[in-house]
Amino acid sequence: MNNQDDGAENSLLEHNCAMREYSVGEILRERGVSRRDFLKFCSAMTAAMALPVTFAPKVAQALDEVKRPPLVWLEFQDCAGDTEALLRSANPTVGEIVLDILSVDYHETIMAAAGHQAEAALEKTITDYRGKYLCVVEGSIPMRDGGVYGCVGGKSHLYRARQVCGGALATIAVGTCASFGGIPAAVPNPTGAVGVKEAVPGATVINLPGCPVNADNLTATVVHYLVFGKIPALDGHGRPLFAYGKRIHDNCERRPHFDAGQYVEQWGDDGHRKGFCLYRMGCKGPATFHNCPTQRYNDKTSWPVGSGHGCAGCSEPAFWDTMGPLYKRLPNVPGFGIEHTADKIGIGLAAGAAAAFAVHGALNAIRRDKEPSDENREG
Amino acid sequence: MSEQCKFKNYIWELPVRWCHWINVICIVVLSVTGFFIGTPFSFGRSASDFTMGWIRFIHFTAAYLFAVSVISRVIWSFIGNKYSGWKEFFPLATARGRHKLLRMLRYYLLIDKDVPETVGHNPLATTAYIALFCIYSTMVLTGFALYAEHAPSSPMHRALGFMYALFSDQGMRLTHHFGMWLIVGFVINHIYSAWLMDIKEHGSEISSMFCGYKFTVKKED
Repeated sequence: MNNQDDGAENSLLEHNCAMREYSVGEILRERGVSRRDFLKFCSAMTAAMALPVTFAPKVAQALDEVKRPPLVWLEFQDCAGDTEALLRSANPTVGEIVLDILSVDYHETIMAAAGHQAEAALEKTITDYRGKYLCVVEGSIPMRDGGVYGCVGGKSHLYRARQVCGGALATIAVGTCASFGGIPAAVPNPTGAVGVKEAVPGATVINLPGCPVNADNLTATVVHYLVFGKIPALDGHGRPLFAYGKRIHDNCERRPHFDAGQYVEQWGDDGHRKGFCLYRMGCKGPATFHNCPTQRYNDKTSWPVGSGHGCAGCSEPAFWDTMGPLYKRLPNVPGFGIEHTADKIGIGLAAGAAAAFAVHGALNAIRRDKEPSDENREG
Repeated sequence: MSEQCKFKNYIWELPVRWCHWINVICIVVLSVTGFFIGTPFSFGRSASDFTMGWIRFIHFTAAYLFAVSVISRVIWSFIGNKYSGWKEFFPLATARGRHKLLRMLRYYLLIDKDVPETVGHNPLATTAYIALFCIYSTMVLTGFALYAEHAPSSPMHRALGFMYALFSDQGMRLTHHFGMWLIVGFVINHIYSAWLMDIKEHGSEISSMFCGYKFTVKKED
């Protein structure tokens, strides 16, 4: 590292430190975000947190006063899809959330710093703000063979996860990989991939699964922390109830067609063109808890079922192994050909039983019985 | 054909018969509606219809009735007469039961020609009923666990929390489907065996499930 780099690094860090002296509201004003837009953002976040609308002024007041927490964003075994989702979110824009509401000190994909400079920024944040910074993790952590299957800057993902998540105020696992291992953890899971909570059991982890995460839910989780000073209420899988408390099927815009008995029976058929229920086409909405139908993706533009494709169940643990086949209602039965569904096997069993008893009955009909001996009588 | 005089014994008490026939109705209703729920075809003509809604309503109502009936029968096995008692269901536990079971098995396998006469339950049948009870329990638990998902963190969802730990969501559906087919297989066996024993034992096996009386050569102790 030469002197020029050192200077750049120091000024960057100083800049970050200086920024923390201002409240979120002040920084937004400084950036030219109007009061009106700020209040609109607060209302949107209140809605995303499933809070009553009367909470919006409280959210605004809290954000006006609260100091920005430092945040580091780690990428492990991932596709950077969650980063993409964040960058593509329009409301709030990446400028608003990443640069203004949070002080993102480290993010491999979007940070300006590189190499030793970047590593130094990470080290500085996690030492200076130990127990006070937020950590966002994207991607699963390979555990097999001592975690040799993934490393950044010479440090294995497992080492980094334990070091950074272990010292964080809270870790937000974004996406299904960071939450439950996701696709890297699918059978046969060659790298022994797991989610953050399993890799660092002692850490405070909030899971925001989904493929990708809905950036609105991430922002709402952070805002919830800023407003209330604590992490939101979680379900059994560590997911915030405000975003994962209801089943997709129960909030789906196509639900009336399900109850009415109107189904898409083939891709491109009349029902598909009319927007009927995708239940028969293997939609996993009845098995998946997420707020996709109400929150939607990409600035509330659309979501899979909204655009005519069934839910893949991506926000559930082990979704790749348990939610398949994508276009069938039930999983395949191991040991039978892939075209054999449970019901076909069932019909076979029932028909087999009926045939066996028909033969037994015929044999009994032509057979002459004896009266039972006294020994064989009861009573 | 028997020319002996036979004694009339009151075997199946009213709660036993009621549970039996409620189960029959529930199994038929649950299988038909359940099959439709699993593989629906488009009945609905307009979005304001409620075809699937009603079918699911019937399925859930029948499910509650079935669960109550199964639980009632278990309770009755502790308060009813000896023919309905829980001990009847474990013939393998006693030497006499094992002897009867072996006799019955030899008759079923077409080895012996004399029909062992039984007053209460056939020991082979009660052994099958234990397996059936396990299937019933699995059906009730997987069914209600899937049903409770419409209201997460409701008392039912909390009470069945262990089910979500044991099964994946889709695994529960698969088990629920298989359970139905196992019950269908049992029903085929059950109707056939009742018919067979009715015509072989001359003890009025089938009508005993309506009137409660069976007929035996010897008088009961």
